Amino acid sequence: MEGLERIVLAHPFFAGLEAELGPVVSGCARNHRFNPGQYLAHEGDPADEFFLIRHGKVALEILPPGQSPVVFSTEGEGDIVGTSWLVPPYRWRFDARAVELTRAIGIDARCLRDKCEADPRLGYEMMKRIAPILEGRLGDMRLQMLDVYGERAR
Amino acid sequence: MTEADPFVPLPYRVGRVRRETRDITTLELAPVTGVRPDYRPGQFNMLYAFGIGEVAISVSGDPAVPGGYVHTVRDVGAVSGAIAKLKAGAMLGLRGPYGTPWPVEAAEGNDVVFVAGGLGLAPLRPAIYRVLARRERYGRVVLLYGTRSPPDILFRQELERWRRRLDVEVLVTVDRADAEWRGNVGVVPKLIARAGFDPNGAVAMVCGPEVMMRFTANALHASGLALDHIYLSMERNMKCAIGLCGHCQFGPDFVCKDGPVMRYDRIADILTVREI
Ligand code: FES
Repeated sequence: MEGLERIVLAHPFFAGLEAELGPVVSGCARNHRFNPGQYLAHEGDPADEFFLIRHGKVALEILPPGQSPVVFSTEGEGDIVGTSWLVPPYRWRFDARAVELTRAIGIDARCLRDKCEADPRLGYEMMKRIAPILEGRLGDMRLQMLDVYGERAR
Repeated sequence: MTEADPFVPLPYRVGRVRRETRDITTLELAPVTGVRPDYRPGQFNMLYAFGIGEVAISVSGDPAVPGGYVHTVRDVGAVSGAIAKLKAGAMLGLRGPYGTPWPVEAAEGNDVVFVAGGLGLAPLRPAIYRVLARRERYGRVVLLYGTRSPPDILFRQELERWRRRLDVEVLVTVDRADAEWRGNVGVVPKLIARAGFDPNGAVAMVCGPEVMMRFTANALHASGLALDHIYLSMERNMKCAIGLCGHCQFGPDFVCKDGPVMRYDRIADILTVREI
């Protein structure tokens, strides 16, 4: 097994992936290192890559007009950053900024999409891994939206 | 000697006052006569602001420290607002302690996971003190704390002190922040997956707004914790505080006497029923 493949398969996102799919996935992967303050992506950019965080911390932020950025989530070791690569028009919908030194695996989204189209088994595997993340984040957002610690909480 | 009337508050004097956040204040209260009764982590007192009214507030101090009580109050209404504004030397009435405690002794031998949201860190703090005082009796000890934004973080210095210890894992998150904040952003249940504890046998003590506790209990259960190893501290408006008036009814239970600390498997179904 190649070094990169080993790193890719060690990430929780790919835990338990069938051995024969390992080289297929890691064929779309490359290593990244982001210094504190460096952006992984900007809102509106083509979502042609997503990131599996190996360690470090990434702030997801949006910039309300005329205000300073609001961080709505941070992602760390074991998390993934970026899901807009799944859905047309494949554009980032927030900024992603490294808060601290962050090492990540970047997955070339077009490469992976093409492979998923060609092999529905891989496509379904990916779906099974992404769906729980989306579902979890939706639940988190609901709780966040309730502003449970706010003035009128309880 | 005649037994004291359970409805008559005893006079307590406000000692040190500490402003914790914009709307949360901690007060030290000493009995004007006699000694403070012993209390167990998780119990509450009825605090009486003279001429205004009474409110149930959990004790937030260290049960091992003699003297008085420590209470942490959020200014959210007439009574709590009046208490939160008291100055050193002022008087108030107090009766208690009441209610069920956190299962700190029952948790010995296991990993302990404290999960607090907002002001919910205050009722948990006595249990944290107790566990840390007997640290060798527990497995891993984890404290997960979530609140609204960085300036709302309660007991910040203490959280930092606990975090510096090598035998406690402390993770803090906020619901929103600006770019200056270098900590975690996201809801507190999200921290559960990041914390290192063995769900087999771990005991979780959860305190915060009810919705936050529900989400947290579900996430703990999803991570492998048994329902009967999860404890929540419930909050209801109290009147008598001794199980007589029915004001604090919660399903078949009274929060003042069967709670505030309740085992999740006993209340999970009631928690999702409207108007309870
Ligand atoms: S407050 Fe009266 S029964 Fe609980």
